[in-house]
Amino acid sequence: MSKSDLSFVRTEMLPEQAPPVTEQGVVKWLRENLFAGPINTVMTLISLVVIYKILVGITPWLANGVWTTSSLAECREVLQGQTGGCFSVLTERWNQLLFGFKYPVEEYWRPTLAFVLLMVAITPVLFQELPRLFVAAAAVIATVVLVELLAGAAGLAVPTVVVGGLGYWVLARFGAAQGWGSMAVSRKLLLVTGLFPFVGYWLIWGGTVLAPLVALVGVLAGYMAFRRFEAASFAMGFLAALVAALVVWYLGGFVTAAAQDALALPEVPSRDMGGFMLNMMLGTVCVSLSLPIGIVLALGRQSDMPIIKWICVVFIEFIRGVPLITLLFVANVVLAYFLPPGTNFDLILRVIIMITMFSSAYIAEVIRGGLAALPAGQYEAADSLGLDYAQSMRLIILPQALKISIPGIVNVAVGLFKDTTLVSVISMFDLVGMIRGPILASTEWNGVYWELWGFAVVLFFVVCYGISQYSQWLERQLQRDHR
Amino acid sequence: MKKTVFLGALTVAGLAAGAAAAATLDDVKARGKLNCGVTTGLVGFAAPDANGNWDGFDVGLCRAIAAAVLGDAAAVEFVPTTGKTRFTALASGEIDVLARNTTWTFSRDVDLKFDFLGVNYYDGQGFMVPKSLGVSSAKELDGATVCIQTGTTTELNLADFFRANNIKYEPVPIETNAEAQPLYLEGACDVYTTDASGLAATRAAFENPQDHVVLPEIISKEPLGPLVRHGDNDWGDIVRWTLNALIAAEELGVTSANIDEMAGGTNNPEINRLLGTEGTLGEMLGLDKDWAMRAIKSVGNYGELFERNIGENTPIGLSRGLNAQWTNGGLLYSPPFR
Amino acid sequence: MATYSDPPAESFKLSQLINDTRYRSYTFQVIALIGILLLVGYLISNLINNLQAAGLNISYQFLGEPAGYDINQRLIEYDSQSTHFTAAIVGVLNTLLVAVLGCAMATVIGVVVGVLRLSRNWLIRTLMSVYVEIFRNVPVLIWILIIMAVFTAVLPQPRDFRGANATASMVGDMFAFTGRGFYAPMPYFETGFAQGAVGWAVVLVVLLGSWLAARAVGRWAARNQEATGLRPTTWHITAGLWLVPLAVVLYVQGLAWEYPALKGFNFQGGIFARASLIALWFALSIYTAAFIAENVRAGILAISKGQTEAAASLGLRPNRIMNLVILPQALRVIIPPLISQYLNLTKNSSLAIAVGYMDITGTLGGITLNQTGRAIECVLLLMLFYLTISLAISAVMNVYNNAVKLKER
Repeated sequence: MSKSDLSFVRTEMLPEQAPPVTEQGVVKWLRENLFAGPINTVMTLISLVVIYKILVGITPWLANGVWTTSSLAECREVLQGQTGGCFSVLTERWNQLLFGFKYPVEEYWRPTLAFVLLMVAITPVLFQELPRLFVAAAAVIATVVLVELLAGAAGLAVPTVVVGGLGYWVLARFGAAQGWGSMAVSRKLLLVTGLFPFVGYWLIWGGTVLAPLVALVGVLAGYMAFRRFEAASFAMGFLAALVAALVVWYLGGFVTAAAQDALALPEVPSRDMGGFMLNMMLGTVCVSLSLPIGIVLALGRQSDMPIIKWICVVFIEFIRGVPLITLLFVANVVLAYFLPPGTNFDLILRVIIMITMFSSAYIAEVIRGGLAALPAGQYEAADSLGLDYAQSMRLIILPQALKISIPGIVNVAVGLFKDTTLVSVISMFDLVGMIRGPILASTEWNGVYWELWGFAVVLFFVVCYGISQYSQWLERQLQRDHR
Repeated sequence: MKKTVFLGALTVAGLAAGAAAAATLDDVKARGKLNCGVTTGLVGFAAPDANGNWDGFDVGLCRAIAAAVLGDAAAVEFVPTTGKTRFTALASGEIDVLARNTTWTFSRDVDLKFDFLGVNYYDGQGFMVPKSLGVSSAKELDGATVCIQTGTTTELNLADFFRANNIKYEPVPIETNAEAQPLYLEGACDVYTTDASGLAATRAAFENPQDHVVLPEIISKEPLGPLVRHGDNDWGDIVRWTLNALIAAEELGVTSANIDEMAGGTNNPEINRLLGTEGTLGEMLGLDKDWAMRAIKSVGNYGELFERNIGENTPIGLSRGLNAQWTNGGLLYSPPFR
Repeated sequence: MATYSDPPAESFKLSQLINDTRYRSYTFQVIALIGILLLVGYLISNLINNLQAAGLNISYQFLGEPAGYDINQRLIEYDSQSTHFTAAIVGVLNTLLVAVLGCAMATVIGVVVGVLRLSRNWLIRTLMSVYVEIFRNVPVLIWILIIMAVFTAVLPQPRDFRGANATASMVGDMFAFTGRGFYAPMPYFETGFAQGAVGWAVVLVVLLGSWLAARAVGRWAARNQEATGLRPTTWHITAGLWLVPLAVVLYVQGLAWEYPALKGFNFQGGIFARASLIALWFALSIYTAAFIAENVRAGILAISKGQTEAAASLGLRPNRIMNLVILPQALRVIIPPLISQYLNLTKNSSLAIAVGYMDITGTLGGITLNQTGRAIECVLLLMLFYLTISLAISAVMNVYNNAVKLKER
């Protein structure tokens, strides 16, 4: 017998056995995630019951939905006592829900186009790079919408934008995860961003193209004057820019007055804006206007000049201390008393003023947080380089502080966008106002609550969830940079 | 217009306050449009149709004024106002005239500094209940839940009525007529109260109007009429006499159908003066001689306006009642055109 | 050698106001001050001009005049002959009521959801995320209106309870859930001396006594634990201290219940919570709770895992770890955003106007404004009220922040 035969040590391993059924695959996952312990099991069962109940409630409502009748009474006839949604209110009144009841039907292509342009314009601001597929999809959607608009089928363009937008977002999320090759967003798109306010204004309100053109020329003149005098001092450049812009605007006023019809789109008074478009407009306009004001207020609050500091503190704390609705009351019933007799700001302009004040106070606080989060070394380094205040802010401090504050600013923007529904309380017909007023009160649709409110919930959810996902994504990006 | 707003926004801080407000008439003419405050929507009186065109009894008055002043009944910008915003909108100059079934009361006329220029509808506050409740008098409403529009005189009348009769109720305040409708229909309130005309208009919009009754009690006087800012008497005169022209036209038998014929001259001197073939009444108002003719032609006389929008042949189905001409036992009585 | 005398006295040049950093800040401040004063002066002169042109004036006399309207939900004595000022106070109390109720419920829901979002149970975790995302991303106004729509369209109205073939019925003859609100039995005291507020005051005093006693027991247990290392079982003593005196006092005062019953147009008797109050309360709570849940989750996640492990290695059991180690630290992170959520909720309660809940916006900023036409005065008072509340809450928050600030030595 050889020695090896006496060995107590096993020389060959047994074949590996599969782990017990309870420790692998679906079963393991279920056990660990759903049925770990009695309490967990009970909670899982309760949740399942809740989900089941919700599904049982909603499925027939969705599945039996009626899309083609012209009133609730007809819906009831079609359904004959079955549960089912009367979604015809959406197909019948989609234009009122989206554009309000007074925006001329044949001009729907204008706000739709403005919306598409807005998407293009904000892309370079929001993203450094995008997945290629994302860009391609966006281009396809934009082309389709343009073709539809040119063919005069605004009714088709709107669903395209909605469905396309959803697809766009899904694609972006999964595309990025799959790493489908990214491409840098061209900085040249910033040109579109710069032009958008003027084009957007022209598209939505109409009138002669000269008015926004003059405004644009004024801005350009101001910018050139700023570059020319910037060397002297920042304040000097700023003053020169202001003067140059005002001169151009003043002179341009005569030109526009003389040529009212030059390349004019039919004018749409702001009173006629409504529906979801009004929410979008108020949100976009007020957030973009309040950004610069917010920066100034934040800098003012951090300033070591006591008077300026206190002016800013009082303004910010006052605005943050009162609910938006009281500010809207001010816009609605009080502001007119504070303007010179004869100035006739329409309601929408007064509302824009008040909401802008409101959001700039909140944005100022976010940016102040960003300023405070910068290490003192940055301020000192800027000083030691011999930069003056304007230079150090513009070149060193603000770029960093703003970058930190972007997620906060986006959150304020989402909150503000949600708050634009409050204008329905002062009898403006935004999406909520349209539902509560003209649609629910009409003889045909009296009593169609769930379909309408569901639609409103879906619209707001898609937009706000999209933006807040972006904000979280950005936060992760920024975090990575810091580590 | 946009451009002026734009520039105005830019330079507003730099401009000194203008002198006293210019006369409303000049403003309206310069603007080329009349800004007329109406309700946010009350079928028959003022409501936008599916295309956003406003129509109704109050709207007709606005159009008549626009026709008289600007020569174009379509040159009206309708500004929807709620009970809350209407007075500020007028006081601040956002609108030139308020034609929004507004009750003429002492405090509004005197304390709020407005001028009421006549009555275009004599109304009174009533109650509507579902037939199934079996109520036949407002005094049986003890403990009922009542929907009321806030910011109106109805709210105060209601409190007075229930206090005077020593019965209790539960008020449910509502901003607009549109919101009241579903609440009442679903049974969230037992009673809906507002002006009787408004009740009729609301009831007409129901799916089954016959299931609801308007109780016989009318608990208040509600003379509804157009109003303007206090102090601009010239503008006030124009609105007052446009309304009177519509009323007088019915009394004199002038309709939108026969007006062209009558404008050729009749042997009734008052018709001639009204239509501008005799005398200089238009010039006295600061308008031209055809002002009343244009107003009547565009919307018809008072009777036509009434029948077309709220009369017995419309879904609202109001009878003339107090709003008949004085010659027919009503209260409409236009001062003479002389 | 040249000797240096004092440098030549600098003559002040106008350009120094811009170019010299010593003076520049004064220049800017003076310009800013003048600018603001001009702006304010301009606005006020406009106001005066406009008011003069309209023949109006600013006056608060209307506050002393009879309001003339009725308010459905009033916590203090009020009728249509009371003054506008009383009406405003009724509104203030209603605002505070819904704010306090809302904050309480939002906190409960928010904490539960926040903790459940960290649960090991995948289903629960996901459901809670869905809840948070849905409610956070849709305007609160829409939630308020949706819950109001549930009341108007789904729940049975009093008429459905009536008659032989009623389609709805009360729950156990005690609770009625109607479209106009919820009715529940109301407790009251029958014994003569305890009727009205007196009885409730007695109950309150007794509860206070129980609380003090329970605390004393707790401290005694803690002392014992420190001395001997063993914590005596006290829960039965504590329970007794709470329940027995309460039961005795309720019995002595003759506790009875008033049940709601359908009489005439409405249910009568019992506690009545109006639909508008509940819609506002629920909507504000679930909306704010979604935000609070996120704060709670972030607060718990902010405590490093090392803390849990260190506590575990000391031999603490999981619930003691939560109570003694994690929560005290997490609260420091959670409470400041929590308080600002309370502030938001209070400000959002001004949306009451959308469902006709008579809070301060509904009385002073609504009906009083409409009836008197005193827009400027009313809006000013309204803002002043909310500003006071906000500043008060901020002050509380500052005090708290200073109290819990990490004291680094």
